[in-house]
Amino acid sequence: MSTAKTTAGADKSAAETSEQYLTFMLAGEEYGVDILRVQEIKGWDKVTRIPHTPDYVLGVINLRGAVVPILDLRRRFGLETIDFGPTTVVIVVRVMSGLTERTVGVVVDAVSEVYNVDAADSKPPPDVCGSVDTVFVKALATVEEKMLILLDIDRLIGNSIADELAPGVAAA
Amino acid sequence: MTLDLEMAEIAKVFFQESREGLDVMESGLLSLGATADTENINTIFRAAHSIKGGSATFGFAEVADFTHGVETLLDQMRNGVRPVTPEAIQTLLQACDCLREMVAATEAEKPLDKDRIAALNADITHILGERPKQAPTPGAPGGAADAGAAQPAAAGSAAADQPCGWRIAFEPVIDLLRVRNEPTRMFAELNSLGAFTARADVSRLPPLDELDPESCYLSWNIEIAGQIPRARLDEVFDWVDSGCRLDIVPIGSSAPPAAEPLASATAPLPANLAVSADARTPPAEAQRGPASGTPVQKTAGESGSIRVATEKVDNIINLVGELLITQSMLSGFADGIDPDDLDRLRQGLSQLARNTRELQESVMQIRMLPISFAFNRFPRIVHDLSRKLGKKVELKLSGEGTELDKTVLEKISDPLVHLVRNALDHGLETPDRRLAAGKHDSGTLELAAFHEGGNIIIEVRDDGAGLNKAKILQKARERALIAPDQDLSDEQIDNLIFMPGFSTAEQVSDVSGRGVGMDVVRRNINDLGGHVQISSKEGVGSTIRIRLPLTLAILDGQLVRVGKEVYVISLLAIVETIQVARERVNTLAGRTEVFRLRDEYLPVVKLCDQFGVEPDSRNATDGLLVVVEADGKRAGVLVDDLLAQQQVVIKSLESNFKSVSGIAGATILGDGTVALIIDVPDFIREAVKRSGGALTAHAA
Repeated sequence: MSTAKTTAGADKSAAETSEQYLTFMLAGEEYGVDILRVQEIKGWDKVTRIPHTPDYVLGVINLRGAVVPILDLRRRFGLETIDFGPTTVVIVVRVMSGLTERTVGVVVDAVSEVYNVDAADSKPPPDVCGSVDTVFVKALATVEEKMLILLDIDRLIGNSIADELAPGVAAA
Repeated sequence: MTLDLEMAEIAKVFFQESREGLDVMESGLLSLGATADTENINTIFRAAHSIKGGSATFGFAEVADFTHGVETLLDQMRNGVRPVTPEAIQTLLQACDCLREMVAATEAEKPLDKDRIAALNADITHILGERPKQAPTPGAPGGAADAGAAQPAAAGSAAADQPCGWRIAFEPVIDLLRVRNEPTRMFAELNSLGAFTARADVSRLPPLDELDPESCYLSWNIEIAGQIPRARLDEVFDWVDSGCRLDIVPIGSSAPPAAEPLASATAPLPANLAVSADARTPPAEAQRGPASGTPVQKTAGESGSIRVATEKVDNIINLVGELLITQSMLSGFADGIDPDDLDRLRQGLSQLARNTRELQESVMQIRMLPISFAFNRFPRIVHDLSRKLGKKVELKLSGEGTELDKTVLEKISDPLVHLVRNALDHGLETPDRRLAAGKHDSGTLELAAFHEGGNIIIEVRDDGAGLNKAKILQKARERALIAPDQDLSDEQIDNLIFMPGFSTAEQVSDVSGRGVGMDVVRRNINDLGGHVQISSKEGVGSTIRIRLPLTLAILDGQLVRVGKEVYVISLLAIVETIQVARERVNTLAGRTEVFRLRDEYLPVVKLCDQFGVEPDSRNATDGLLVVVEADGKRAGVLVDDLLAQQQVVIKSLESNFKSVSGIAGATILGDGTVALIIDVPDFIREAVKRSGGALTAHAA
C-alpha cells in the first residue's frame, strides 16, 4: 500500500484570489477539497469497526500512533457502494470541529489532481446540485472545461461526526 | 517594591508559605466557630505572626501592617482578653481573603485594593475598640458559635497578673546559628522591651582549634525588668523555642493593672525584622522541619508543579537503578549470544519487563495526590454559602486520603464546587421547612471518596428535598428535550437535569439556577473518562455519584476475540472467566439467557449482538463467559476466545471522532491494529437498555 504525502504549504499561484484544491473522483463526479487541509493520501487498509455508528463510519485506523476515523463518502452521500480495491484511496484531512482540530480519513474512488482555482471561476451552487446535499458544497468551479464540486470539508466531516441526538430531541 | 534577584527567589518561598499559612488560618478559623480551644487559636496566631514577620523582612509594608492588626486581635483572643464571637471570626475570615489577595497582588507586582484594606482595617479596629473583657464570661455571646463556653483559660498568663520582671534561662541548640537564628537580634528586641541584662555562660566552649564557628556553644541567663506580658516574651523567642531550653520565670508580681492597652494598628514593628543585607529565609522554615513527608499544593486553580513526598522519589530512583543493572546485564549478553544463553536472555528480559513495569507504576504514583486537596476548600464554601442562604448545614468529609491523578484532581475541583453549591441552594431546605418536614433543622452534606474497581468514586450526598420528578418531567417536555409521550424511568427522569439549558429553579440566583451548570459538570466529567449520575428520593435527599478513572493514560487489559474483532476489557472489571456448561444456562421469557454462577444467576450479554459483530458461535456454551462487575452489578460477557493480557495505552476516541457508548477508548496493539477498549459499566447499561429491561443485571 502506498502512502503519498502532499505538503500542506503548497505554493500558491501569483494571483491572490486563487486557491489550490486537491480533486478526487466519486461516482463519476469530480470533487475538490482545500489542499491546505489535506494531510496525506493513503491506500486502503484494514479498519477496526466501531459499534453504534452510522454505516458511513467504517471504523478507525492507526495512523502513526493516532486513532483516526475513516468515513466512506459514497455511503455518506447515499450513493451506490462499490468494492474496495487496489485503487481505492483514503484522503486524510484536518478539519475544524468547533474549536478542536480533528484528523479524519475519507474513502474516495480515486485521486485526481491539484488545481488552482480562481475566485472568478467559481460560483455558489444552485439549490439542487447532483447527488450531494448542497450544505456541504462551497462552490462550483470550472477548470479546464470540467466542473469541480468544491466541498466545505469542515461542514461535511463535522456534520458526519455530530453527536447523535435521541429521538424527539430538538437539534442543537 | 521590586526586589533584587536573590531576594526575589527567596520571596517566592515566602509567597508560597504565606498561602499555606493563610490556608491554616482559614481552616483554623472555620473550626474555631465550633470549639474555641487554645491550641487552635495559637495555631492561627502563629500563622499570622509568620506572615507578618516575613512580609516585614521583605519590606512589604502594607501586608505587614494589615497582618499586624489581625495578629493583635488574635493575640487578644488567645490571651482570653477578647471573646471569640462569630462576628470576629467572620471579620478574620474576610481579613484572610483580603490578605490572600494582597499576597497575590504583591507577588504579581500589581496594585493593592486599598479600599478593601481600609474597610477591613476599620472593622478590625472597631472590634479592638470595644471594651475587652477582663475575665472570660460564662454566658455565650450569642449566635450559633459556642465560643463563649470555651474561653482559653490560661493561654500564657491572663492580663490579671503582671510581674515586674522576668528571669530567662536560654540555652539554645548547638545548631542555632546554622538555622539562621541570631541571638543578638533577640536580645536587641528584649532590650527594647525593658531594662535588659544578660550573662553569658561560656562553659561549653571548646578550645580554639576544635571550635566550629557555625556552632553555638553559648547560653545565657537574662534578666529583664519591666511590666512585660509573658506573651510578648514568647513572641521574641517564637522562632527558636523548639529544641532550645527556655525557662521564663516571673520576678515578683504587682497588683493587676487596668485593662490591657489597646494595640493600635500603627504600632512599630519589632526592630529585628528590618530588612538587612544578610536577611535570609525566615528560620521558621527550618524550625518546622523538612517538608519531606508532606505533599502540599495550592488548591485554587492549576499549578505547574507538585511537591512530592521524598520517599516516592527515592523509590523511583531505586527502581531506575535496578533497571540499569538489568539493562547492562542484557547488553553484556548481546555481544556473544549462543543458544545456551537463550535461557538467561529470557530471564533477563522478564526481569527487565518487571523493572519497567514497577518503574512505570512508581512514576504514575508521583502524580497521585489525595483528594483532600479538592475537598479542603469546601468547609469555607459551605460556611459562607450556608450563611448567605440562611440554611444550617453540617459538612461531612470522608475518604480524604483517597488518591487520584493530579490532572483529574484539578479538573474535578470546579464541577465538585458546582455540585456542592447546587446541593446547598436547591437540595437542602431552610431550617423552617426542614422542621416542618419532620427533619432535623440542620441539613447534612456529605462528600465521600473511595476506590472501587480501578476507579475513584466521589459521592455528593445531601438529605434535602430531593428532585421534584414531576417538575423535571414537565420542564423537559416544555423545552422539548424529550418527546411529549416518552416514558422514562425514575432514574432517567433524575438524570435529565444534566441536559443543556435545563433548570427548574424559579429564580436565577447568582449561586445557581442559570441552567448552565449541570451539563457542563457532566461534560467535564465525561472528558475525564468518567461518569456522573444522580439518584434522588423526594423529601429524603439526593446522591450524586461520580466515577473517574484513576489514571488517564494506561490500563491493564484482557484481550478478547469475537469473530475477527479484538476488544480490550479492563482487568479490574473482570471477576473471572468461565466456560459454561449447558445445564447452567437458562432462557428467560424466550429472550435473555442467564447462567448460574455458584449461587447467583447472572445475565448473559452477547458482545456480538451488542456490537454487531459476526462471532464464531452465538451459543453461550461454545464460547467463554467473562464475568464482569460494574456499578455493583455483575454480568457475563460472551466472547469467542481469550487472548493475551497486556498493558495498553489508552487513546481517546473523542480526539478525532466522538465518544461511543460502551467504548471507553482505543488502543494500538503490538501488530499495529487498533483495538477498542470496552467501557464495562456503560456496556452493561447499554445492554440492559437495549434488551428493553428484560435483562436486568442482578446485584452481586
